[in-house]
Amino acid sequence: MSDRSLVQVAFYAALIAALGLLPPIAIPFLGGVPITAQSLGVMLAGIMLGPVRGALAVLLFLFLVALGAPLLAGGRGGLAVFASPSVGFLIGWPVGAFVAGLIMQKTRQLNVLIAAVIAAVVGGIGVIYGFGIPGLVAMTDLTFDKAAMGTAVYLPGDFVKVIIAAVVAQTVARGLPQALLSRA
Amino acid sequence: MIAAQIPGPSWLHSLPTRFKLLVLLVSGAVLFPVDDILILATCVGLVIGLYASLGSKGLVQLRLLRPFGFMMVFILGLHAISGTVETGVSVVLRLTAMVLMANLVSVTTRMDDMLDAVYPIFLPLKWIGGSPRKPALAVTLVIRFAPVLLNVYGCLQDAFRARTGRHSSWRLIAPLALQALKMSENVAEALTARGGSKGLSNND
Repeated sequence: MSDRSLVQVAFYAALIAALGLLPPIAIPFLGGVPITAQSLGVMLAGIMLGPVRGALAVLLFLFLVALGAPLLAGGRGGLAVFASPSVGFLIGWPVGAFVAGLIMQKTRQLNVLIAAVIAAVVGGIGVIYGFGIPGLVAMTDLTFDKAAMGTAVYLPGDFVKVIIAAVVAQTVARGLPQALLSRA
Repeated sequence: MIAAQIPGPSWLHSLPTRFKLLVLLVSGAVLFPVDDILILATCVGLVIGLYASLGSKGLVQLRLLRPFGFMMVFILGLHAISGTVETGVSVVLRLTAMVLMANLVSVTTRMDDMLDAVYPIFLPLKWIGGSPRKPALAVTLVIRFAPVLLNVYGCLQDAFRARTGRHSSWRLIAPLALQALKMSENVAEALTARGGSKGLSNND
C-alpha cells in the first residue's frame, strides 16, 4: 500500500471518529430521536474512498475502538462494545463501506447524487442492518421480528444520513472531482 | 485523546495483556451457551467483585456503563412483549457479565500494551509484501488527526456562524471531508519525504 493510500485510510478513520464526537442532532420531524453522524462517516468512507480503502478505513477505526479508544458516538470504546448486543452493526460497517464503494465504482455512468443514494442505501443501510439484526438475534435470543422492530427507530435517521452523504459526495465531486477516489 | 482508564497500578494492571485477552476470550465462549439464571447472576456478582477489588476507582467505572443499562432495559422490554421474560433475564445477565468483563480488560490495559499484544496478527502482512508495522503507523495517524479534524470542524463552524448567525449545519460536512482529503495529500508527501512507510519494513 502506498504512503498516499495509507494516509487517506487513516484520515477517513479519523473523520469517522470526529463525526462521532460531534454532538448528536435531534431531528424534530423524527420525534426527536437523536442521530449521530458516525454512521454517516461509514457511508462516506465507502462512497469517497472506494471499496478497499473505504473498508480499510472503517476497519482501522474499529481496531482503535478495540484497542480502547473511546471513539464511538457517546464516548464508548474498548472491548466491551464487541460483547454488546449491537456488535452485528459494527461487523456490518466495513462490509457496508465496501459495498457502497463498489456500487460507486460500478455506476460511473450515473450521476454522482443518484449513485451515492443507491450506494448509501444498499451499503450503509441494507448491508449494515443485514448484519446488525441477525447479530442482535444471536446476542439477545429475541425473535427476528422483535429485533427488527427494536432497530426500526434508527431507520428514519439513517435515511436522513443517506441524503446528507449523497449531497456531500456531489458537492465534493463538483468542487474537487479527483477527491472522489471511488471513481478516480 | 485518552482511553477511559482506571488509573493503575493494581493487580489487574500488572497481569500480562495477552493473559487477560485469553481469559476474556475463554470466559466469553464458556458463558455464551449458559442459560441458567443463578449461574449467570453469580458471574455478574463475581465480575462486580473484580471491579470492587480495585477499590472505589473501580466501582466508579461501573457508572460509565449507564447507556448500556438503557439498552438492557430495552431488550428486557422486548422480551416482555414477546412473553419470554425468563429468557430476557438470562440474556441481560449474560450480556452484563460479558460486557463488564470486556470493559474491565480495556480499562486496565494501556492502549500501547494492547497494540503490542495483538502485533502478531499483522505478521502475515509480510507474506504479501507489506509491513506489520504499518497498522501501528496508521493507528498513530488516526490518534493524531482526529483532534485536528475536530479543530477544522470548529473553524468551519465559526465561519458558518459569522455568515448565517446559526450555530452549525450538516452542510459543513462536505468541506470537512474535502479538507480531510487535502490534508491527507500534504501528510502523505511529508511522510514520503521522510523516507516513507516503506522504510519501516527494512528495519524488521
